[in-house]
Amino acid sequence: MNVEEIVRGIEEGNRRALARAITYVENDYPEGKEIMKRIFHRTGKAHVIGVTGFPGVGKSTTVSKLIQKFREKGKKVGVVAVDPSSPFTGGALLGDRLRMDGLDVSKPLWLDPGVFFRSMSSRGRAGGLAAKTGDVVRLLDAFGFDLILVETVGAGQSEVDIVEVADTTIVILMPEMGDEIQINKAGILEIGDIYVVNKADLGGADKTVRWLKTMIMMDQESVEILSKTTHADEAAVQSGEIFERMKKSRDWIPPILVTVAERGVGIEELVKAIEDHFEYLKKSGKLMERRVRRLSRELFDLIMDEIKTILSKNKLVDFRGYVERVAKGEINPHSAAEDIVDKLLKVGCN
Amino acid sequence: MEDLEKIKKKREEWEKNCLKPYLENFGERQERFETLSGIEIKRVYDPTDIAHIDYLRDIGYPGEFPFTRGVYPTMYRGRLWTMRQFSGFGTAEDTNKRWKMLLKEGQTGLSTAFDFPTLMGIDSDDPLADGEVGKVGVAVDTLKDFEILFDGIPLDKVSTSFTINPPAAVILAMYVAIGDMQGVPRNQLRGTIQNDMLKEFHAQNTLVLPPEPSVKIIVDIFEWGIENVPKFNLISISGYHIREAGSTAVQELAFTIADGMAYVEAAIERGIDIDRLAPQLSFFFNAHNNFFEEIAKFRAARRMWAKIMRDEYGAKNPRSWWLKFHTQTAGCTLTAQQPLNNIVRTTIQAMAAVLGGTQSLHTNSFDEAWALPSEEAVRVALRTQQIIAYESGIPDTIDPLAGSYYVEWLTDKMEKLAWRYIEQIRKMGEGSMLRGVLKGIENGFFVKEISRAAAEYQRDVEEGRRIIVGVNKFTIEEDLKIPILRVDEDVQRKQIERLRKVKAERDNDAVKEALEWLRSAAENNENVMPPILEAVKAYATIGEIMGVLKEVYGTYKKPIII
Amino acid sequence: MITLEKKIKVLVAKVGLDGHDRGAKVVARFLRDAGFEVIYTGLHRTPEEVAMAAVQEDVDVVGISIHSGAHMTLVPKVMKYIKEFGGDLDEMVIVVGGIIPEEDIEKLKSLGVDEVFIPGTPMEKIIDFIRKKVPEKKKMGRSR
Repeated sequence: MNVEEIVRGIEEGNRRALARAITYVENDYPEGKEIMKRIFHRTGKAHVIGVTGFPGVGKSTTVSKLIQKFREKGKKVGVVAVDPSSPFTGGALLGDRLRMDGLDVSKPLWLDPGVFFRSMSSRGRAGGLAAKTGDVVRLLDAFGFDLILVETVGAGQSEVDIVEVADTTIVILMPEMGDEIQINKAGILEIGDIYVVNKADLGGADKTVRWLKTMIMMDQESVEILSKTTHADEAAVQSGEIFERMKKSRDWIPPILVTVAERGVGIEELVKAIEDHFEYLKKSGKLMERRVRRLSRELFDLIMDEIKTILSKNKLVDFRGYVERVAKGEINPHSAAEDIVDKLLKVGCN
Repeated sequence: MEDLEKIKKKREEWEKNCLKPYLENFGERQERFETLSGIEIKRVYDPTDIAHIDYLRDIGYPGEFPFTRGVYPTMYRGRLWTMRQFSGFGTAEDTNKRWKMLLKEGQTGLSTAFDFPTLMGIDSDDPLADGEVGKVGVAVDTLKDFEILFDGIPLDKVSTSFTINPPAAVILAMYVAIGDMQGVPRNQLRGTIQNDMLKEFHAQNTLVLPPEPSVKIIVDIFEWGIENVPKFNLISISGYHIREAGSTAVQELAFTIADGMAYVEAAIERGIDIDRLAPQLSFFFNAHNNFFEEIAKFRAARRMWAKIMRDEYGAKNPRSWWLKFHTQTAGCTLTAQQPLNNIVRTTIQAMAAVLGGTQSLHTNSFDEAWALPSEEAVRVALRTQQIIAYESGIPDTIDPLAGSYYVEWLTDKMEKLAWRYIEQIRKMGEGSMLRGVLKGIENGFFVKEISRAAAEYQRDVEEGRRIIVGVNKFTIEEDLKIPILRVDEDVQRKQIERLRKVKAERDNDAVKEALEWLRSAAENNENVMPPILEAVKAYATIGEIMGVLKEVYGTYKKPIII
Repeated sequence: MITLEKKIKVLVAKVGLDGHDRGAKVVARFLRDAGFEVIYTGLHRTPEEVAMAAVQEDVDVVGISIHSGAHMTLVPKVMKYIKEFGGDLDEMVIVVGGIIPEEDIEKLKSLGVDEVFIPGTPMEKIIDFIRKKVPEKKKMGRSR
């Protein structure tokens, strides 16, 4: 399939074309860039939802249940499931698709025309993962999916990057996760628009909920609010009273939901929270705000990429030569950089 | 009495003076020798290795606690093990024919292999059954198939084993119905239904209903079975499949015993008298390659179960302490390359089973890596058992390896390692083995253990540390065409036609009524056997009966752990 | 060392009622360790589901594991649905593993299956085959 056929295929709802487009984009084929240029105008309508959390908390099951619920409401859903690659072999076992199943065994989600599921490996590119995922999300958006779920494993920096891709980020935890300091360090507690304590049937869920409330209250905004309240004593903090007060003064306090995804418990409420958040984003203008912020970062990254490419290809700027001169001590790195940029701007990037 | 101090001293001398120079000059084939469970095998064993073992307490005499040497005082001197070849394919006629041939050739018990649709509780005309009807076993949809299957086979003269799990209740009901038709009193019916869902969740994956309802139905069968078919084994608690999925021998031993304990606890919870149920429990093990490890495994199993039944569950009747088992030689060890080699493998494995005191035995055929057994191949497999029985002298004395320094040491070692797993599972269940096993199913404990062992085994093979003759060593260029069994492609059509006819000719109201009774029994937590028996006699299909159960209890989807 | 080159993507599929997954799981692990991206379908998938996954994931290889003797019905069905859903069988490598009698191996190959791996096949052989066949078929597909 060539670029023409693929773009047309995407416009016509041909899944094979979509799948091939994703492959090109995922693997940095030149066709990928072409395709992205041509479909961009069709993007911007979908609600992008990021789902993250440590391995074992039940992300795939939750995603599977969300897909079901959204389908029941007649929404079309695209899913990107990102799995880590082995740092040694580069290989990956992409295992999320197989957890996807409908409640109705006779109507498997695998065959539902309103669902598209794509597995992606992280391929050890921590920072760049967001960019690639973002493009894949755009393709799904252009194809016409109402909701796009991006599922990642939240155990490191790359997962926190997913926030860049999503409008709404859901962080899933479970009771008795043990090392709370670790969870804190992972930054996972700063990125959630919605928090879910799954596997609530294991017991200890309310403890986790209380702990979450405390943690959420620790973020910058809340600290400001706390410092303004007069009797912010221990008891009030403990009882969650502060939390309730905060809700009234901040526009969006991340709700903390309790689910047993496997049994579908709490999924209705999760869907509602997702819809509420999207409403909030639109009404408050935050949706635009976030997207602009994201686009500005993306544009910046793309510019940097272009410059990198130019530097390595452009013959008029002798990059190697400069490096040697710096190594010999003839010129310092800062001046060298200024020189090069100067030359580039004069010469023009083409 | 051996003087252990003197022996120890002599050993040290031997190691210094006799062994050391030899090692220095010639070395040994490997750095380390291990059983398939990773247990290190010493160069030589002596009385000091079994000094901690007490003959009367730990080994004893056959037929007496702890039964290490065998469950009966005469073992094979009284009666040989049952030669029971697992078989079945195509339609009931095809299987009936194969059975008659096997009985003529000297087989002493029947064992039924069902096709995948039957195993999964769906009918031959179900779209999901397409291409699978009659392929790995006989297709059974209704009682009509059973009538044909047992045509000319008197149920008071044979014992029949059924490898069936989710629809075990239906198959048991069918057998009882045939017995009723033949006029054989129910208390004379002998045989076994595998009926072990726990191992399905661990390894075999014939999954229909979720774990708890599956156990509930098994206990229903226990409850009904001890009253109605007291000579019938109501379960075959299996390790065979766990081993085939890649587990080690220790895991096979531990997980099987754990499952057994779970079932006993479930029965006790229901209020069943353990001494009435225990004689109708049986086990099913794998006979794998490492000769001595397998023998030790069987002996350890008997000793463990005896202690568990008497001391943990308080069974009073000595018959309740017996671990009776069937063995099948390891299918997973057979190779597609140089298939005749498989006859040798099966022989070694069969010998281990006999030296381990099995009550009945199935020997695999040499062509099983290619297809279901041909007539010629299955005859050789049966002859293997007969030659061991009549020509080798092995069955003429009981537990001949008892007292072997190595075998007693290894038996003890395997028991200890298996106990560790059992305690781990017990902890997961906060004191209850039933909860522990169910927990292990939920959190993937068993699947992960087995997966890991399977991957390690394969790595050993790929990296040449484990030799498979004819596969990664001593290979030849071969023409891999051997005459094999072909299941008639027309089976599916024939079976669907028969099913259609049965459905047209039966009393559909009676079927409807029976299924409604079943639904109500299932919903009200009553015993499902009586309604199932009624449905079966009305010629309800397996798919219809299982369909009701699926509606009430839900369908299970296995969480994937790789 | 990680390169961002295109990884070979393999779908390891269990189709039909056969519940024996030891082989499929071990193969999935080994393929991952060889640097491939592997998607395992889990048990009891229908031919349609496998085909849909193959197309959506745009895999380079579909590996079907089957021990139940139903291969002559199920494998052609998978291939039929792959075509129906828009997949290109001229580019996609199809391999089958399991208990397959010799005559059926020939039959399957004549239907377009690229290779059949019987029990005992060394993992290296499977990996090498995939590494060779995928670019070979891609090139032929492109030149059309």
